[in-house]
Amino acid sequence: MYDDDGTLMTAAQALVDKGLRVKDVYSPFPVHGLDPVIGVKRTRLGICSFLYATTGTTLALLGIWYFMIADWPMNIGGKPSFSLLENLPAFVPIVFEFSVLCAAHGMALTYLLRNGTLPGMPAQNPDPRTTDHMFVIEITSDQNHDHSEESIEGAIKETEIVELSVKDYE
Amino acid sequence: MHKDAAIREPLILGDKSYKDITDDIVAPIEGAAPKGWKILITITGLISLYGIGCILYLLGTGVGVWGLNKTVGWAWDITNFVWWVGIGHAGTLISAVLLLFRQKWRMAINRSAEAMTIFAVIMAAMFPGIHMGRIWVGYWVFPLPNQFGSLWVNFNSPLLWDVFAISTYFSVSLVFWYIGLIPDFATIRDRMVKPLPKKVYGILSFGWTGRAKHWTRFEEVSLVLAGIATPLVFSVHSIVSMDFATSVIPGWHTTIFPPYFVSGAVFSGFAMVLTLLLIMRKTMNLESYIHVKHVEYMNIVIIVTGSIVGVAYLTELFISWYSGVEYESYAFLNRATGPYWWAYAWMMGCNVLSPQVFWFKKLRRNLAFTFFISIIVNVGMWFERYVIIVTSLHRDYNPSSWGEFHATPIDIGTFIGTIGIFLTLFLLFARFFPVLALNELKTILKSSGEKYKNS
Repeated sequence: MYDDDGTLMTAAQALVDKGLRVKDVYSPFPVHGLDPVIGVKRTRLGICSFLYATTGTTLALLGIWYFMIADWPMNIGGKPSFSLLENLPAFVPIVFEFSVLCAAHGMALTYLLRNGTLPGMPAQNPDPRTTDHMFVIEITSDQNHDHSEESIEGAIKETEIVELSVKDYE
Repeated sequence: MHKDAAIREPLILGDKSYKDITDDIVAPIEGAAPKGWKILITITGLISLYGIGCILYLLGTGVGVWGLNKTVGWAWDITNFVWWVGIGHAGTLISAVLLLFRQKWRMAINRSAEAMTIFAVIMAAMFPGIHMGRIWVGYWVFPLPNQFGSLWVNFNSPLLWDVFAISTYFSVSLVFWYIGLIPDFATIRDRMVKPLPKKVYGILSFGWTGRAKHWTRFEEVSLVLAGIATPLVFSVHSIVSMDFATSVIPGWHTTIFPPYFVSGAVFSGFAMVLTLLLIMRKTMNLESYIHVKHVEYMNIVIIVTGSIVGVAYLTELFISWYSGVEYESYAFLNRATGPYWWAYAWMMGCNVLSPQVFWFKKLRRNLAFTFFISIIVNVGMWFERYVIIVTSLHRDYNPSSWGEFHATPIDIGTFIGTIGIFLTLFLLFARFFPVLALNELKTILKSSGEKYKNS
């Protein structure tokens, strides 16, 4: 456990340099620059939202074509109800809004599901202070078979830790 | 790590550490409700009840309890609708647009501004609902298959564009706000000792743990949501302006409306943010986080958008003469000299003249004066929408159709009621939710906090 993000970054770098694999880092806020050090890949959520947006656009255009052109076209003030393309300017606001709706909600739901954060889920942080002002680096022996427990502990103790807790999992 | 220029004022004053930030913001939630809060919420609660009573009377008896007539079919209802939607836009602008511009000063104000947006949009959305007369068939605005041959809604109409725009705006703002709140709820959950609050905040925080990958996804989601919320702000209020601009009557049928309304919305929204935040920072001891620099920046936005609104007014006046269209000229002559000249005077004075005082640095850094001006702007922007709607409707092309509008107590009561409901919701937010974005503030402590900045 560390009490400062600066020491956290140096420690993470030092541990990775020794060949250790970091399982996870718990922090009360996003620590910039940490991801490449511990090997967190870029998220594809942005691409997701784009795909949801295009789905929204397609659905909206299809819907509007069906409602206004195919099923029940009406002469509303002389608007071209026989052709989607000619009437398209009037449909842009709703197509845009619907695309935004699908993009935002689709991405938000995907985000919550991927994170496993849903209403009623229990908290899984190792120490309640990690959401306040402390930072925790989690290293498991499972991921570090080529290091002995003592060498892992030794490497950790060389960094500026505030606390160290060793847990056994069966 | 981002290095801030030494001459920039620090954004977080005082000797704050990460723990201090958490303590300062979570303390009001953990402690007992202060007496002032209880008194205020009782007052706003009573006002809300009166407003709800007016609305129920309206729904039960009919739209005739308002002062509307055949000539002036829209008055306070749509004025209030546009006023509330405009106020809502500041929150999204602060959260989304300022995020895209990497303006760190937004972090102290974005959480409460977003909350203000959500409550304002709820108030706004009420008006189209209650003004339609038969709210129980309100679901007819949606394109749902039905037994009338499947009669569909008119996608060419701005009134329907509004339905989609406001629904989208509300739901996306809610999602954006809540996603940002999840880590902060986790902070509160981990600090709470009493079992019931711990359980409630536990459910609200969705089991957030603060893993590195989760934070990465969090930042990506915030960025993308900000990216799509920004065009949303511009499109929603442009669509609201189209309710008027796509009509044919003089004073409404003008292409300047979309940009004019959007800047007017930002203008009135920032004024409301200032009104709320200047009180909140004092009562909740947040002076280190929301201080003169933030107020100054917001005043700068007010003067920019207020000037755009002022230029739009002058353009309208100029074009009404330059166009040579006698109906357009009369419409504006009537605004300035007709039966509603007093509303026009309020509008011009409050919106054009008052924000110009902020050219003076001393005035825009003066908190009390800013509060006074923010109230003036709020009032002025209400009168702007009133003038646009009522003066254009009451005298259009055909003099035999001319009429007048006079507000009834139910008009006034409904409006005051929505202010009461809005304030009640905001007070509840201030009591139970973290009013500042904890996780975001901590990210700027090292770069912009007074303790660290010049050490």
